[in-house]
Amino acid sequence: MNLTLKIWRQKDSNAKGQMVDYKVTEISEHMSFLEMMDVLNEQLVGKGEEPVAFDHDCREGICGMCSMYINGEAHGPDRGITTCQLHMRMFKDGDTITIEPFRAAAFPVIKDLVIDRTAFDRIQHAGGYISVNTSGNTQDANAIPISKHDADEAMDAATCIGCGACVATCKNSSAMLFVGAKVSQYALLPQGQVEAADRVQNMVAQMDLEGFGNCTNTGACEVECPKGISLDNIARMNRELMKAAVK
Amino acid sequence: MALDSKVPEGPIQDKWTDYKNKINLVNPANKRHIDVIVVGTGLAGGSAAATLAELGYNVKAFAYQDSPRRAHSIAAQGGINAAKNYQGDGDSTYRLFYDTVKGGDYRSREANVYRLAEVSANIIDQCVAQGVPFARDYGGLLDNRSFGGVLVSRTFYAKGQTGQQLLLGAYSAMNRQIARGKIEMFNRHEMLDVVIVDGKARGIIARNLVTGEIERHSAHAVVVGSGGYGNVYFLSTNAMGSNVTAAWKIHKKGAYFANPCYTQIHPTCIPRSGDYQSKLTLMSESLRNDGRIWVPKNLDDVKAIREGRKKPTDLSEDERDYYLERRYPAFGNLVPRDVASRAAKERCDAGYGVNATGEAVYLDFAAAIERYGKEQAKIHNISNPSKGKIYELGQAIVEAKYGNLFQMYEKIVDENPYETPMMIYPAVHYTMGGVWVDYNLMTTVPGLYCIGEANFSDHGANRLGASALMQGLADGYFVLPYTIGDYLADDIRTGKISTDTKEFEEAEKSVKETINFFVNNKGSKSVDYFHKKLGKIMWDKCGMSRNAKGLTEAIQEISDLRKEFWKEVSVPGGSEEYNEELAKAGRVADFLELGELFAKDALVREESAGGHFREEHQTPEGEAKRMKEFQFVSAWEYKGEPKDAVLHKEELVYKNIEVKERSYK
Repeated sequence: MNLTLKIWRQKDSNAKGQMVDYKVTEISEHMSFLEMMDVLNEQLVGKGEEPVAFDHDCREGICGMCSMYINGEAHGPDRGITTCQLHMRMFKDGDTITIEPFRAAAFPVIKDLVIDRTAFDRIQHAGGYISVNTSGNTQDANAIPISKHDADEAMDAATCIGCGACVATCKNSSAMLFVGAKVSQYALLPQGQVEAADRVQNMVAQMDLEGFGNCTNTGACEVECPKGISLDNIARMNRELMKAAVK
Repeated sequence: MALDSKVPEGPIQDKWTDYKNKINLVNPANKRHIDVIVVGTGLAGGSAAATLAELGYNVKAFAYQDSPRRAHSIAAQGGINAAKNYQGDGDSTYRLFYDTVKGGDYRSREANVYRLAEVSANIIDQCVAQGVPFARDYGGLLDNRSFGGVLVSRTFYAKGQTGQQLLLGAYSAMNRQIARGKIEMFNRHEMLDVVIVDGKARGIIARNLVTGEIERHSAHAVVVGSGGYGNVYFLSTNAMGSNVTAAWKIHKKGAYFANPCYTQIHPTCIPRSGDYQSKLTLMSESLRNDGRIWVPKNLDDVKAIREGRKKPTDLSEDERDYYLERRYPAFGNLVPRDVASRAAKERCDAGYGVNATGEAVYLDFAAAIERYGKEQAKIHNISNPSKGKIYELGQAIVEAKYGNLFQMYEKIVDENPYETPMMIYPAVHYTMGGVWVDYNLMTTVPGLYCIGEANFSDHGANRLGASALMQGLADGYFVLPYTIGDYLADDIRTGKISTDTKEFEEAEKSVKETINFFVNNKGSKSVDYFHKKLGKIMWDKCGMSRNAKGLTEAIQEISDLRKEFWKEVSVPGGSEEYNEELAKAGRVADFLELGELFAKDALVREESAGGHFREEHQTPEGEAKRMKEFQFVSAWEYKGEPKDAVLHKEELVYKNIEVKERSYK
């Protein structure tokens, strides 16, 4: 395949960025999207130009490092995947592909397509844990049976990879799917009950402080989430917040 | 320097307890005055950082990723072993110890492995308390699955994302300490050297990957948990950024590097599809619980399948060769990884590979889907279920167990593995070799520790499935936090370590010189060009089977390639900015040295053991042949060029397990 790429280039966080056009040729449909980007970068390095900076690491859809807003969609046109799992068979010969960073006030651009998502970490610092010491002096793991349904639902919430696609997709740049997933994981498990009220209040407060917007229930985040995190988690977070407020 | 493993005296089951009772402790008030640097935030580094901070030490943690949650432990799929015996199938601490030593082909240190088995049960308790959502049965208790090389079900799991859930558990423990100010987290930072003051590790030089700034960080001890070096092969299941740099830099400063040639080539990965390939994707070993591995019996069928004239599902049962079940009836599809990988290579080398490259075998779930379907039909009281109904019920069970893996496969290969067998082939996955450490997990440099995959300690020549997560967390949560106290007890009056000394200055200067060289060199070839070439030499000559001729050639070729690299490498961009090519250049420079030592180690080890298979040393049936005189750990001392490295031997003594031929038949 031969393709035209329109890519956001920005030298650093203070620079003004712009879209730049590139051509790539002989792209195999079996390539992953990032392997196509590798081909482009190899080309640029060969010409002595600076390659396009983008975040990536595991390249198997689990580390959450890769981002990219491709043709107006977080992680591109396929569903249930991250950019590193997107394959070129989703595109046609001659296509023009627009590639931008995930955009949100809380995710400043570091360079080109690389963004700063440490706001997510700070929300986790505010309460994304159970306060148990790691000494191993805990009770036997089977001492508290947990209903399989609750454990499975907690697992579904816990599969969030923290990529930020939900924020990039939301017209309000809301992080409520991300925060809701973490709150839900612990809210569904007996271990998480003790600190439930503090946790949800502190995490939501930090989320607001970081400049993420509010949820207006469009559901776009759920559609674009590579791990299929459900909107139910936002509802559960709101219930938890309500419960905490009247406590 | 003579190697002292510092294994405590006494019966193996009492060693760790007695040892903990006797070692020095640091009182809580004094811990506040002691700083510890932890490099890497995967399962080992993350759990160590959290626990050390919780104990009261001031921790500085470093990760090259943008968050500790992204370390490559996250990609571990299948599970974590623990000798809980919840299934009542005869498991015990001793049996886990036994399986791990045998699985490692009798090339690991007995006392370390026993301790690992001993603390394994604690890990599960700890993680459940942290809110890790392990799989459960309908009674609400924890579920287990079985992995290769063992005869019990002791593997705990969270769907096919166990590594993710355990890492997020360790990350949450870190977050609690970051919030308290006890861990200072340095994301997007790469350690580029260790600083030794008066013979002790006292700090590191790190590069801020966003600004390019070179920073000095001091501490009373340095812990390296930077993972494995599988990317020396270019293509592996490791993350793109996984590298040997931290481990290699400490090797160059005096830490011995042990058994570099012990590499695990994992049997179940998605086969490569073309030259542009940037990495290989693992399909969890847990799939071998339910998948049957086969190739066609007849070469005509192989040809027909490759040419698309036949589909694998067209072949009847007796036209298929379930070669693992045929060769190893006792363990069948659940033989250890090294055995399964070599068996796949043997079939493919004989011409039975089922895809265009000739490097693929089938992993088939049809039998499992049928078995589960019939079971479900019984449970749901469906009499005389149709074939379609059985399939539907069975597929639902397989989907619940492995759904995310099947989805991942389909996205990459564009084939539906419920309908047609998966294609798999071995790929580089894990490195058992690594920095030599004693029983305390300390390297040969005082105050410098190495944990997790980065060290060599627990897996011998081959790691059993679901043992990496166990080791990482055991080291970080339960071993290092004790042993490091014994060392730091002497540092309570040392006070803050200054970075304004000639040792820091020299280390920083040398790091800067290398960086300046890279950005100013007028070379003509990209970093990846060299990395790919190195990878090809490694795969062809230091891969699943090795011989003296190939290894001798590899040593020369890698040495030549390294010379060319330092002349011809081209790195665009500057040093004081975000520059991924520059970061890659530094990593590949280290791989080019490690690769040569790797080949040298493989050449010296004239036996076959675990993942290290020397063609000259095999039984008439083609199985690995261990040699008694090689029952030692090779620990290499750095002396300039890899060819000058000096070999030190740690003899391995087995008092609690009989060294036998490792048979899975």
